[in-house]
Amino acid sequence: MPVKEYIGLSKIDGPLIFIEKVKNISYNEVVEITYKGSSRFGQVVMLSNDAAVIQVFQGTEGLSIDKTSIRFLGRPLEIKVSEDILGRTFNGIGMPIDEGSRIIRGEYRDINGEPINPASRMYPRNYIETGVSAIDLLMTVVRGQKLPIFSGNGLPHNRLAVQITRQARIKGEERGRFAIVFAAMGIKHDSARYILSSFEESGALKNVVTFLNLADDPTIERIATPRVALTAAEYLAFEKGMHVLVIMTDMTNYCEALRELSTARGEVPSRKGYPGYLYSDLASMYERAGMIKGKKGSITQLPILSMPNDDITHPIPDLTGYITEGQIVLDRDLYRKGVYPPINILLSLSRLMKDSIGEGYTRVDHPHVYSQLFAAYSRVHEVRALASIIGEEELIDLDKMYMKFGKAFEEEFITQEEDENRSMEETLDIAWKVLGHLPKEELTRISRDEIERFYEKRED
Amino acid sequence: MELKTGKLYMINGPVVKASNTSSFMMHEVVRVGKIGLIGEIISLEGDRATIQIYEETTGLRIGEPVQSSGKLLSVMLGPGMIGNVYDGIQRPLEVLRSRSGDFLKRGVEVLPIDFKHEWDVEISIKDGDTVKEGQIIATVDETSSFTHRIMIPPGISGIVKNVRTSGRYAVDTVIAEIDDGNDKYNLTMFQNWPVRTPRPYKERLAVDEPLITGQRVIDTFFPLNKGGAACIPGGFGTGKTILQHQFAKWSDADVIVYIGCGERGNEMTEVLEEFPELKDPRNGKPLMERTILIANTSNMPVSAREASIYTGVTIAEYFRDMGYHVAVMADSTSRWAEALREISGRLEEMPAEEGFPPYLSSRLADFYERAGKVAALGNENLGSVSIIGAVSPPGGDFSEPVTTHTKRFTRCFWALDKSLANARHYPAINWLTSYSENIGDVKEWYSKTVSKDFFKLRNEALALLNEDDRLQQIIKLVGEDVLPDDQKLTVRAASLIKVGFLQQNSYSKVDCFASLNKQYEMLKIMLVFYEKARELISLGVAISEILKGSILNTLMRMKEEVSNDNVEKITVIGKELDSFFMALKKKYSGKPHNM
Ligand SMILES: Nc1ncnc2c1ncn2[C@@H]1O[C@H](COP(=O)(O)OP(=O)(O)OP(=O)(O)O)[C@@H](O)[C@H]1O
Ligand SMILES: [Mg+2]
Repeated sequence: MPVKEYIGLSKIDGPLIFIEKVKNISYNEVVEITYKGSSRFGQVVMLSNDAAVIQVFQGTEGLSIDKTSIRFLGRPLEIKVSEDILGRTFNGIGMPIDEGSRIIRGEYRDINGEPINPASRMYPRNYIETGVSAIDLLMTVVRGQKLPIFSGNGLPHNRLAVQITRQARIKGEERGRFAIVFAAMGIKHDSARYILSSFEESGALKNVVTFLNLADDPTIERIATPRVALTAAEYLAFEKGMHVLVIMTDMTNYCEALRELSTARGEVPSRKGYPGYLYSDLASMYERAGMIKGKKGSITQLPILSMPNDDITHPIPDLTGYITEGQIVLDRDLYRKGVYPPINILLSLSRLMKDSIGEGYTRVDHPHVYSQLFAAYSRVHEVRALASIIGEEELIDLDKMYMKFGKAFEEEFITQEEDENRSMEETLDIAWKVLGHLPKEELTRISRDEIERFYEKRED
Repeated sequence: MELKTGKLYMINGPVVKASNTSSFMMHEVVRVGKIGLIGEIISLEGDRATIQIYEETTGLRIGEPVQSSGKLLSVMLGPGMIGNVYDGIQRPLEVLRSRSGDFLKRGVEVLPIDFKHEWDVEISIKDGDTVKEGQIIATVDETSSFTHRIMIPPGISGIVKNVRTSGRYAVDTVIAEIDDGNDKYNLTMFQNWPVRTPRPYKERLAVDEPLITGQRVIDTFFPLNKGGAACIPGGFGTGKTILQHQFAKWSDADVIVYIGCGERGNEMTEVLEEFPELKDPRNGKPLMERTILIANTSNMPVSAREASIYTGVTIAEYFRDMGYHVAVMADSTSRWAEALREISGRLEEMPAEEGFPPYLSSRLADFYERAGKVAALGNENLGSVSIIGAVSPPGGDFSEPVTTHTKRFTRCFWALDKSLANARHYPAINWLTSYSENIGDVKEWYSKTVSKDFFKLRNEALALLNEDDRLQQIIKLVGEDVLPDDQKLTVRAASLIKVGFLQQNSYSKVDCFASLNKQYEMLKIMLVFYEKARELISLGVAISEILKGSILNTLMRMKEEVSNDNVEKITVIGKELDSFFMALKKKYSGKPHNM
């Protein structure tokens, strides 16, 4: 198909440009916008009679109405994929920005992908041991899961993500063919550098594909970044049979870019000015995680987002939580107390763990210890609230035991070193030690046999 | 009928506009563009039409054709639906998979039911018979536990001719001709019905029978009627889907229609993998043999999500008309409402609350009105459609439009509570804010089927929980220690009911489903404990004495340690309880009140 070229715009408005008297343009088609010899890219977002509205990924700054030239490329936004992308670094719309050459070998793929047919999915069941007690016991990660980290400014989400990435393994299995796809949206240079250098230290860099849209890169480009990254991940997972871990950070920046675009398009806003389709938009990315029947590879997603004002009911964490298969929530109070990883247990959840734990998977007592720890720790919160009113000394003996349990749970169980890699056995054993602070009659969620086998009263 | 072609002049995501469409029908199905995307006309003005497209619109161009079909958006109804998984417009996903692979491709048209499959048909009419709409004229054993009753479609009646003998036929075989004096109708085993039109029935009936779900907090405390509608609102991760899955597994409906509306792909996979393995507790047959799934997951096109709940409920009504009890689960109706909002936004309609269109409320009312118990057309059967809709309120705030409107049109409200879910109290149904307006209707049934004092016990338990709530406010401020012993007992007894009765783990082999009998016996013995303990305390026995024994622990564990087919075990526990209290009483009787 011949490439169509036009000169001159009818209107420029925020990140959008409007052009009239165009013919035979297709919806979502990519355009190359050239002005004074330098070019940028855009995409058709609305078509009406002979007029098109185009969102410009690199922003419209410096464009003029009369001299800007537009080439319609006749295809949606695509990236070229092959195994040559491993070890390479690209910008937010998938163009190489490292020293390497262009990707020559490979096939073009639409970055929007296609939805996985629900009938083709395979339910994820292999648990990933991360070596982090709180996660392994209480929100076990499963291969093919999408499990975001809900964080806040200044909380150690990057450190935790790095620790998980470094330590993650599947029990009784070779490390196998794995890859990491790292998508950075609007994060600072030093955060990106920290994450990348950790990959380098672990020697994994040759298996990492990086897409960088940093804080000072064009905002609108961010809309494409996670999609480009997931397209690469899908290729590696479902064509090349690799187990791919996708880290996307920070989804909040992505959503803000989307809001900016939506506002520019004059759309009716929903909560806090975000577009009404934010849920569907996020889902179109998060749902690209998973496993497919008859295919070897998998996509596990670890998106990171910062909750504005630490508010979990803000639309971004809220809608994310409605789509993902659980969440790991970081907590500022715990962090202040010196707990690392500062995981808020009660707010965190893994929805896929149930079929991957217990007898034959982890250990027979796992599901019950899990349930007991939650019940007990939520009691701790009630007791603490009471203690803050009447004073700790006034508590009844049982409540005092809960106080002790709570302290031990946070300091011995949740807390661990950044390079401490605990096995599932160790994690469960620590959990029993901590539960030893409670009388065994309190352990109603654990079977009598298991109490017999594992419980030991603790006297300190 | 002549098929017309319009021309695209505007494209905006899933909404497009075409001109030259004056002879198109409202809600007609159209094929859009050269690749033939499936769409539906949603408004007509002059010679222009607005169309919502059920597939991704990338690549469409201005000027491309829009082809009319002469048909309204409809479902195809007949043998071969059970066990299937469909997208929002009834395309079978397994067939799409075999056609176009693991990812959904566009513009693929497939038949909702398999015309190649031949069924053993038992035909019960003969030449010369007069038949009327809704009449059952043949049966097909569709699965080992489900008999499909072939009905005369609504609007058709007359004298039959050329009836085939019972035998093996495909669904599109003409098994008889019906002559109404003017026209001849070729009767096959399938019929089409437009999804946005409720199917007709003879009469709506009072609902007086509960849908038994095996979930204690529902069946005992907040029951739903067969033919009723329920709303489950809850923030993310509070347990809506798990609850819906529990209903799909254990409720005593004949047919289950499960609509995954804008939710996760893996949740559908889970049903597809699990249900064929699970046995219906009533007949031992695989659960998939009574289940139909509609899966329009969150990453599939939003317009098809909008259509999915109509597709589901129309299928349900069809089975209702055969005289079956059908239960529809819609997870989540909020995603449907958001689809409505998105399309409305693209149409630049004037928004009402939170960007939702003003007709949100009437659409919700229309949907829930399709629940009900009816006398079917043309046959003697009673059937029902019960609808259980999950609602996902933003930020878990129940004052938002979808929750508040849904509440108006449903009579059961099962409020999921974030703090219960955080404490892993599942199902996280808040026993103080939830309600069922059906109690009056089903009282009879419970007293006849289970026991006369069923609701008496329930009310006692609820009163106990209410009293506990009041005491909890005090405890929060001053601690439990200062309460007198009788109030301490109330707190303990309430905790027994909360942990031992209301909590029910879906993943437990023993406890995922509790028979009504087990529910009743459990609650009864718990209340006996409370009563006896209260008596002793009034006699001056210290509460610590009562808590010392192992009886409370035994009652707590009863749900896991007593299986549905061994409920008599509770009688044994009852004896243990009696002798425990007897001994205590003996020990303290005669002694002066020393406290
Ligand atoms: N009855 C139950 N028994 C055991 N666990 C449960 C139960 N109900 C919920 N859970 C736990 O809570 C998790 C979340 O439940 P579920 O997926 O049903 O939430 P949801 O309300 O549908 O959330 P969303 O709106 O995000 O879809 C489950 O994965 C499970 O771990
Ligand atoms: Mg859900």
